[in-house]
Amino acid sequence: MGQLEIEKVDETTFVLQMGPHHPATHGVLKLFCEFEGERVKKILPEVGYLHRGIEKLAEFKTYPAAMTLTDRLDYISSMSNNIAYCLAVERLMGIEPPARAKFIRTMVAELTRLSSHLLWLATHALDIGAMTVFLYAFREREQILQFFEKICGARLTVSYPRIGGVRLDIKKHVLEEIYEFMKVMVKRVDEYETLLTENRIWIARTKGIGVISPEEAVSLGITGPALRGSGVYYDIRKHAPYDAYSEVDFEVPLGEHGDTYDRYLCRVREMRQSAFIVKQCIEKMPEGEILAEDSPDIDLAPQSKRIIKGGESLWSGFVEFTDEKYEVLPKGEIYSAVEAPKGELGFYIVSDGGGKPYRMRVRAPSFIHISAIPKLCEGHLLADIIAIIGTLDIVMGEADR
Amino acid sequence: MPLYTDNKDLIVVEENTKIIKGSNVIITTLDKIVNWGRSNSLWPLTFGLACCAIEMMAAGASHLDLDRFGILFRASPRQADVIIIAGTVTYKMAPIVKRVYDQMPEPKYVVAMGSCACTGGIFDTYSTVQGADQFLPVDVYIPGCPPRPEALMQGLIKLKEKIMKEEGRWGSWK
Repeated sequence: MGQLEIEKVDETTFVLQMGPHHPATHGVLKLFCEFEGERVKKILPEVGYLHRGIEKLAEFKTYPAAMTLTDRLDYISSMSNNIAYCLAVERLMGIEPPARAKFIRTMVAELTRLSSHLLWLATHALDIGAMTVFLYAFREREQILQFFEKICGARLTVSYPRIGGVRLDIKKHVLEEIYEFMKVMVKRVDEYETLLTENRIWIARTKGIGVISPEEAVSLGITGPALRGSGVYYDIRKHAPYDAYSEVDFEVPLGEHGDTYDRYLCRVREMRQSAFIVKQCIEKMPEGEILAEDSPDIDLAPQSKRIIKGGESLWSGFVEFTDEKYEVLPKGEIYSAVEAPKGELGFYIVSDGGGKPYRMRVRAPSFIHISAIPKLCEGHLLADIIAIIGTLDIVMGEADR
Repeated sequence: MPLYTDNKDLIVVEENTKIIKGSNVIITTLDKIVNWGRSNSLWPLTFGLACCAIEMMAAGASHLDLDRFGILFRASPRQADVIIIAGTVTYKMAPIVKRVYDQMPEPKYVVAMGSCACTGGIFDTYSTVQGADQFLPVDVYIPGCPPRPEALMQGLIKLKEKIMKEEGRWGSWK
């Protein structure tokens, strides 16, 4: 199971098992590596160390309750996961959230993108050897988490959006605080850039590392900033706008060479765009309702109910049961995707008419990015594997589910 | 310095700790001095499993700074005193967690951070170990999904208090 088949072992072959406990693997990823000298000859990722059965567990929860599980998929950007799930169910049920809820969702999704990219920047730089960026990035990240706390009471696993809107309205002074912080945030991004963008060590460690051509990136299914670093213009926020993305103005940063450095630049520019979107959302946010009227309750009708068939029986201990299905929702299936910080996060939901999903499948960007590691690492040095894992921005909770 | 001193020459600072008046000497039990040293330099292992690891990182980062308690994260189990089980332990991961724990030198402590590490939490499934205490001797449980960084700090302070109460856990002759 996942064992690397070593064809020929000679003096120059060096076999190494990296992970699952390694500080730079961003969780519990295991890599079987075969080196020739210090150059990677072959590499094979092994996943499944964090498989918690989220997809199966969702089948036993009602649609609103299953949303709490999506928090724990990509735990760095739980808002995006919630929104992706809610959008899928909304499209299945035919619910349209109110305008204010759409703007709030767009705003929190972009705040999440900021916090996710900050964590990526912190850990990526830490892995390569720049400790200072970690401390700076976490300073800002903590402030964003405090905003989440003011909005919904939770820092990490928020469960803030609802099917058909959001749970709580945001107070005006909190919006003003966020607006002020976004002005500062742009300057802070410049600060990170002074530390890294023209840093000779950073350039030496990232330029020309993990190069992937646009064609290869598309064929491997890479999405998000990792794909845009190769210069492919693909952003679901632009191509299939959801929530309020069609009403805000922003640019999609693109890279040229498809190496680690370009992907870094892409994400850093994205952070500036996110701050810009958040500001626009606050400016344009209309007043009004935050939850659609036909939003389902948490105790949505169960999938089936046991009813007693036939009044008479020979023995009182014997009661004949039959399962009658409730039909509370339209039958059908849907695939709906959003642009999560890591890439295209899709939810495929099959409904049999009951109050619980018949099947919930998650198209997680991290899982697909892990499959690109062997291609990206080809011919690189051992130390570059760390940079490549960092640049793909992998979260194992999402990959293993 | 006289070998025996009268009781009036001793200043009692706290229980089992006395200072000889006018000298540079403290009289205390070996337990107390060992525990004092041990509890003030707890080095946890950088061992993130799932969501709680992010809050563990936040606790160690600039805003909440665990370093001020003498808590420095170490990447190698050979240098660590505490293992913080931060996240869900699956059946596939449990043998590795156990192995990392076995690699740590004595004395070693286990902190179960978060609902998953305490009881399995919401993941009552076929692949999840229902609590880290199924295979490790857990010293401190921190509930929450995930616990706030302040809760982690509280847990580590409780662990310090626990270490201060230990008796005779030192020396190779034991």
